[in-house]
Amino acid sequence: MHKLLPLPFFHVWAYLQTQPLLGLTATLCVWELAVLLDRRAGHKAITNPTILSIGILAALLLTTHTPYRAYFTGAQYVHFLLGPATVALAVPMYANLPAIKRHFVGIFASLSAGSVVAAASAMLIARALGAPHLVIVSLGPKSVTTPIAMGIAQDLGGSPPLAAVFVLITGLFGALVCTTVFRLARVPDWRAQGLAAGTAAHGLATARMLSLNQTAGAFGGLAIGLNGVVTSIAVPVLVTIFGL
Amino acid sequence: MTRALAVLLSCQLAGTVIQQAMGLPVPGPVLGLLILLVLLVRGGGPSPELHGTAQGLLKYLGLLFVPAGVGVVTELPAIEQNALALAVAIPVSTILGLLVTGVLMQFFVGRRADA
Repeated sequence: MHKLLPLPFFHVWAYLQTQPLLGLTATLCVWELAVLLDRRAGHKAITNPTILSIGILAALLLTTHTPYRAYFTGAQYVHFLLGPATVALAVPMYANLPAIKRHFVGIFASLSAGSVVAAASAMLIARALGAPHLVIVSLGPKSVTTPIAMGIAQDLGGSPPLAAVFVLITGLFGALVCTTVFRLARVPDWRAQGLAAGTAAHGLATARMLSLNQTAGAFGGLAIGLNGVVTSIAVPVLVTIFGL
Repeated sequence: MTRALAVLLSCQLAGTVIQQAMGLPVPGPVLGLLILLVLLVRGGGPSPELHGTAQGLLKYLGLLFVPAGVGVVTELPAIEQNALALAVAIPVSTILGLLVTGVLMQFFVGRRADA
């Protein structure tokens, strides 16, 4: 890109690459554009604003030969808010405490089993098909919400961006197939459907369940928070047990 | 809003300090979530301010994933080299997770009279 620019603009471009302004502005503008496109398309699973924004920004970086690090100089201010947002999940969890207490054993047993099966099968399949350690441990936390998944991947020597991508693919796939899986497996209860969607495919599948039923959405939200905790304990243990 | 942000960041800070000091595998923000949950239970629920700020942050959760997701540009070779492993591992494990949790929870709620 810089080779095509006249000299004064080259200086401006080079200057902006060292400043947070451009990356931060681009992130927010592209997000607004993606939200608009998603609304126009009628909120399809495939027009998820997160996926659209990542696609557009990644394409912009590649076509303008902008290093990711230059972009992240600005985008880090948005990224930082993932930490407090994770803590904020305690607020909707608190609202769901009565439901959690009433079905505590069922929720805890079903969620833990599904969480461990999803994480273990993902990592073992990847190892069987020859994936390296970096990819395997980044796959482990793919069913939980992104900030938690990235934290787990980083602690295990995986790659946080790779984990973020796997989380997004998992959520998209889960949102697409969840209703079919529940029909074929004879799971008619909204609480069971919501819990399963939130456990296996976090917010993206939960948003899908919420569009069908409020109770399913509430159990999905509860599963996202609980599974974040269960997975962050289970994945390091699984990695040790299987020597991944 | 600043007080609510101070509460959220303090919980995250406490969680991160505990994680680093004890070398726990659980990320600091997750410990912060648990700390805040305990505080909410003991304090009888969130203040309207904390409730509003939490809802506001969570409403834009989708945006907060974007900067990390754009990091895919640095990971394209790793994804290409492992395309087959990923194309099998992600769909199969996601379906297994949906099945196990869904069927088990159906069994648990189905057994109860209030189901």
